[in-house]
Amino acid sequence: MSSVSSERTDATTTAIEEALGRIGERISEGEATAEVCKCKEGMFALAATRRQLFGGAGFIAAVGMTTMLPRTGEAKAPPGAVEYPVPADSTKEQGRMMGVDGGYGSRSQFESEVRWANPTRTAAFTPLQSGYGIITPSGLHYERHHGGIPNIDPARHRLVLHGLVDRPMKYSLADLKRFPTVSRTYFMECSGTTGSEIMKAREPTVQRTHGLVSTSEWTGVPLSTLLRQIGLKPGAAWVLAEGADAAVMTRSVPIDKCLSDALIVFAQNGEAIRPEQGYPMRLFLPGWEGNISIKWLRRLEVSDKPYYTREETSKYTDLITKNGKARMFTFTMEAKSVITFPSGDMKLPGAGFYEITGLAWSGRGKIARVEVSIDGGKNWSLAALQDPVLPICQTRFRFPWIWDGMPAVIQSRATDETGYSQPTHQQLIDERGPLESGSLFYHMNAIQSWAIAADGSVKNVHPSG
Amino acid sequence: MCTRPVDRVASPQWVWMLAAIVIFVAVAHNVAYAQGYPTKLEFGTPATEQDIAAIAIAIPADGTGLPAGNGDYTKGKAVYEAQCAACHGADLMGVVGLPNMPAGAQLRLIGGRGTLASRNPVMTVESYWPYATTLFDYIRRAMPFATPGSLTADEIYAVSAYILAEAKIIDKSMVLDAQTLPRVEMPNRHGFVPDPRPEVFK
Repeated sequence: MSSVSSERTDATTTAIEEALGRIGERISEGEATAEVCKCKEGMFALAATRRQLFGGAGFIAAVGMTTMLPRTGEAKAPPGAVEYPVPADSTKEQGRMMGVDGGYGSRSQFESEVRWANPTRTAAFTPLQSGYGIITPSGLHYERHHGGIPNIDPARHRLVLHGLVDRPMKYSLADLKRFPTVSRTYFMECSGTTGSEIMKAREPTVQRTHGLVSTSEWTGVPLSTLLRQIGLKPGAAWVLAEGADAAVMTRSVPIDKCLSDALIVFAQNGEAIRPEQGYPMRLFLPGWEGNISIKWLRRLEVSDKPYYTREETSKYTDLITKNGKARMFTFTMEAKSVITFPSGDMKLPGAGFYEITGLAWSGRGKIARVEVSIDGGKNWSLAALQDPVLPICQTRFRFPWIWDGMPAVIQSRATDETGYSQPTHQQLIDERGPLESGSLFYHMNAIQSWAIAADGSVKNVHPSG
Repeated sequence: MCTRPVDRVASPQWVWMLAAIVIFVAVAHNVAYAQGYPTKLEFGTPATEQDIAAIAIAIPADGTGLPAGNGDYTKGKAVYEAQCAACHGADLMGVVGLPNMPAGAQLRLIGGRGTLASRNPVMTVESYWPYATTLFDYIRRAMPFATPGSLTADEIYAVSAYILAEAKIIDKSMVLDAQTLPRVEMPNRHGFVPDPRPEVFK
């Protein structure tokens, strides 16, 4: 039997190699014509083409493999993908066997969307321009770290709860998983998102302007369950949350939030949370600025007052330059929206029908409506909201548009169920004062504008011109 | 009367049997499938004093929990030059363009008083931080960048004294310890207000 199987393998290998040779030739000849078509990849300028990623010759060399197994050592697939040979006709030979991926799937080698990390490597932005629906793939969820990504062995990790409590306790990941759990789909947004855009348009793409917001389904234990178990002492008013990263990141959380919808989360989109998101466990405070949902959570200390940590005094406070005072404990992320298609750096191939689409979200509840303007804010029309419309979650909106080929400025404006509507840049500046440099304009949720030129190119523009 | 025969059909015995069956089924069903959530859950283990002491390092504004030890400007200058100057600058004004580090302006520690009500505020320990205890807490938990948590309590008191003296907040002769540090009055101590949002836009 083994000789038959090995002969068969040899025959298969030969067939693959022949096929690969043919594909290689085709790629080197036809690559350019296949990829400069403005009506496909060209519309999404950010999506790296296969040519950019590999170069023609390198790709041919890479696929000159002798088995169907992935070769991770020399694979040139995009991050998160595995390079497999491409048959000339996928209907004329068997596809790869189940299990060659080791039992954990990867995305197509033809998909190359990645997070964009800022030059200081402290934040990585979700490619909103190419997302679909409302869920952010876990591998594309935005990142913001203050001391890198710690690598934590869950067997050694403990969450300690103490302070103004009757019974201080510690929990392993296994302990935590024995409690009743809940799953909720929530957005999370960094309070600095779009902050640098307050005075003028700076970043070219929606990934770089708005990419510090993402949505996942989070599963964990309500913090209220643990607090009920350990018993709060009189005077309990705040909870200090602390991470096990190199920044030993700390934030103070009011007890009311801890007793309402706060979660200790250990799963994201149906599997363990990613290391970048706080593996093995993190705090999750729905609708609040991302940094307070402490990752790699190791300690919760119940106290009678806040600790005034560095991350709630020198950072993540909102300086009002009108009077020099700073707002402290500005937790809520308010209603916001952005058009993700068309958006900055894309190019529309010509006049005609386009479906404008984007995302809207509010830390105060559900999105009630999203309006779209195609004339720079003079007129507004209701966009269709895609079900489900969930509280404290991104909502996908759509708006049919027939572009006449003339220059246009497109905008979206979200209103949440409390009646709060997204302000303009000028309204925010009038309220809080201008800010050119020196700090971030936190909680910047102004209406975003994309200008479409007569040639179809899309640019980030600012009302101030 | 004419209702009598009907009464006899629905005899008390029959009613009680039916009730017994209904109750039995309901109870059995409940026991087998719907026990409900207990009001008390006992997972996890008690945290000991040692468990807590090993990681409970946060220092609140009143200084509770500050460790023994002390330090002054002179000792702090030596610590600063060895451990901090590479990123924060020999003059505490930050270093621009460090690779893989936050932007230079963010690393500046002193100066900037009187700039907060401007469109180009300079936000430093001197001009912005409301509590000196936060400086100690943050250095102890997260600094120096390459070797966080490596400084002794004496070194942290000392380098805090150096920064606060260079910021002209304390005198160069002042010794910082668990008693004196919480009493340092920061220039922007009263510069913070509660969150007034949602804002009403005109």
